[in-house]
Amino acid sequence: MNTMQATRLVAAREIRVKLRDRTFLISTVFFLLIAAAATILPPLLSGGPSTVAVTEAAAGPLRAAGLEVRTVPDDAAAEQAVRDGDADAAVVSGPAVLAMNEAPDDVVSALSSAPAVRLLNPDAVDPVVAFLVPFAFAFIFFVTSQTFGVQIAQSIIEEKQTRIVEILVAAVPVRALLAGKMLAGTILALGQIALVALVAVAGMAFGDSSGLLSLLGPAIGWFVPFFLLGFVLIASMWAAAGALVNRLEDIGGVSMPVQLAVMLPFFAVIFLNDNVTAMRVLSYLPFSAPTAMPLRLFTGDAAGWEPLVALVLLLVAAVGFLVAGARVYEGSLLRTNGRTSIRTAWRERETLG
Amino acid sequence: MYTVTKVLRLDGVDRSFGDRQVLKNVSFDVAAGRMTGFVGGNGAGKTTTMRIILGVLAADAGQVTWQGVPLSREVRRRFGYMPEERGLYPKMSVREQVIYLGQLHGLTAEAARRATDSLLERVGLAERGGDLLETLSLGNQQRAQIAAALVHEPDVLVLDEPFSGLDPLAVDTIVAVLRERAAAGAPVLFSSHQLDVVERLCDDLVIIADGTIRAAGSREQLRATYTSPRFELVVESDAGWLRDQPGVTLVDLDGAHAVFDLVPGADEQPVLHAALARGPVRAFRPVSPSLAEIFREVAQ
Repeated sequence: MNTMQATRLVAAREIRVKLRDRTFLISTVFFLLIAAAATILPPLLSGGPSTVAVTEAAAGPLRAAGLEVRTVPDDAAAEQAVRDGDADAAVVSGPAVLAMNEAPDDVVSALSSAPAVRLLNPDAVDPVVAFLVPFAFAFIFFVTSQTFGVQIAQSIIEEKQTRIVEILVAAVPVRALLAGKMLAGTILALGQIALVALVAVAGMAFGDSSGLLSLLGPAIGWFVPFFLLGFVLIASMWAAAGALVNRLEDIGGVSMPVQLAVMLPFFAVIFLNDNVTAMRVLSYLPFSAPTAMPLRLFTGDAAGWEPLVALVLLLVAAVGFLVAGARVYEGSLLRTNGRTSIRTAWRERETLG
Repeated sequence: MYTVTKVLRLDGVDRSFGDRQVLKNVSFDVAAGRMTGFVGGNGAGKTTTMRIILGVLAADAGQVTWQGVPLSREVRRRFGYMPEERGLYPKMSVREQVIYLGQLHGLTAEAARRATDSLLERVGLAERGGDLLETLSLGNQQRAQIAAALVHEPDVLVLDEPFSGLDPLAVDTIVAVLRERAAAGAPVLFSSHQLDVVERLCDDLVIIADGTIRAAGSREQLRATYTSPRFELVVESDAGWLRDQPGVTLVDLDGAHAVFDLVPGADEQPVLHAALARGPVRAFRPVSPSLAEIFREVAQ
């Protein structure tokens, strides 16, 4: 059996165990519900065209605008219909538009003659969407790398804590153990995101926001490779952190730097997302690139070559962290008394090759 | 020495942790088909030695060979190991993790399943196979641990304190399984604090103290080498006269009942004659010194 086969076996076990873990299943279902709710509910709640109470004489232009018209005998009845909540608005002689507390835009525009509008940049993104989409990307990367990174650390600690690691190390190369865990974590993370994305896409189609979908397409396409490498980067740190301690209770102490490495870029991207210079810098820094670069692509700020350069930088960083993480893992895996310092782990590799 | 070529051999193994040297020039053989007991006090170096055999720890100097070949990971994959501090996955079923470990040791999924089922049957866990490990009693977890060490029918077995925490029934089960492996031609090295168990079990014995091997060889050989001939005598009245008998060292005297050692090479018959001359002799027989006594003698 070679390292490859051992890696596959290790990864298969991790996935099997995780798929039976109730917490994992519940959190996945929870994410799916959020994705479905976020895409299906808003169009439903916005409730379609307004209902207008109006006398038959004035109903013509309102019908033509596609509004729901309730004909009433006179203006008093029209006003009463609005007060009773039977209609969203009423049009009375004047003409004047009546509504309870909010001007009904669709009724107003049906009655006015609008000047011709020529959009000079018809592809530009709706500012609300432009804020929400990067937030969603950053949030997904943040939550997923955090969740699955912690799980990799926990799985490493479990093997250290129960000492089964001695049996494992005697049977397979240490690298295969680490590679299997990273592989399983990546597959599970991507699988969960893919599922959420699937539900979100279905929800958008159902809620008739397919225009947004075609806008998101390329950004999502870039998000996948950035996410993958970004995840390896973060997961390597979690693996090293997990290997340094012996008990699950002690993970807090070593995980602080890892948490910061995920959290700071997350907030930087959220708060600086309209600062062009800051975003350009963030989109090249390995820790923030997974969220910042897809965002710049989405808003159309980045030139075609930019994601490639950022991706190469991220790749170099991810490989570097993976190698370093593996070394710390190998150096501390079998040190089962107390917490191991990074320096000791780095210097001392106990296992035979 | 042994004529068999299937020997696990440690040759001049040193190991230090920091400036504390825990193994000094450790050399001994574990022969195929024999149960070798590895005995020593706490901190004597048993676990370190076993970890080095399994490649979990590197030796600073010296080497370990199996059938004359230095150990590699490929060779070690065919070893079975039960570490001192027990551990399997608490939240995985017994059967599933034994299968998994079998696969990690190179078995196909199908072979691992078959080996697991027959082994769980053998150690009396067939009914609990589907249960999560953490729901088993400590004794049953220990049985599962043995199954995990044996699932791939290892060429060599290394077991660190395999009997600690086991009830006598479980000890018998495990002993039977281990003997089976030894009879099939595998060297079996096991450490234990329980000298009585080792005494009952081992063919060969390795005694370690302060990181050095104090004695190694077959049990009988060690007995002959490290203890003087001992006898038990029961007479009619007081046996206190033995004190003045030449070549005799009294070990225990209780009225008419006495246990004594003879100077090596001395003949026991004159003592019997002397006893008969004083009156009836109810019993006179050689006593095998216990392992504990050999151990005390050697580990000083």
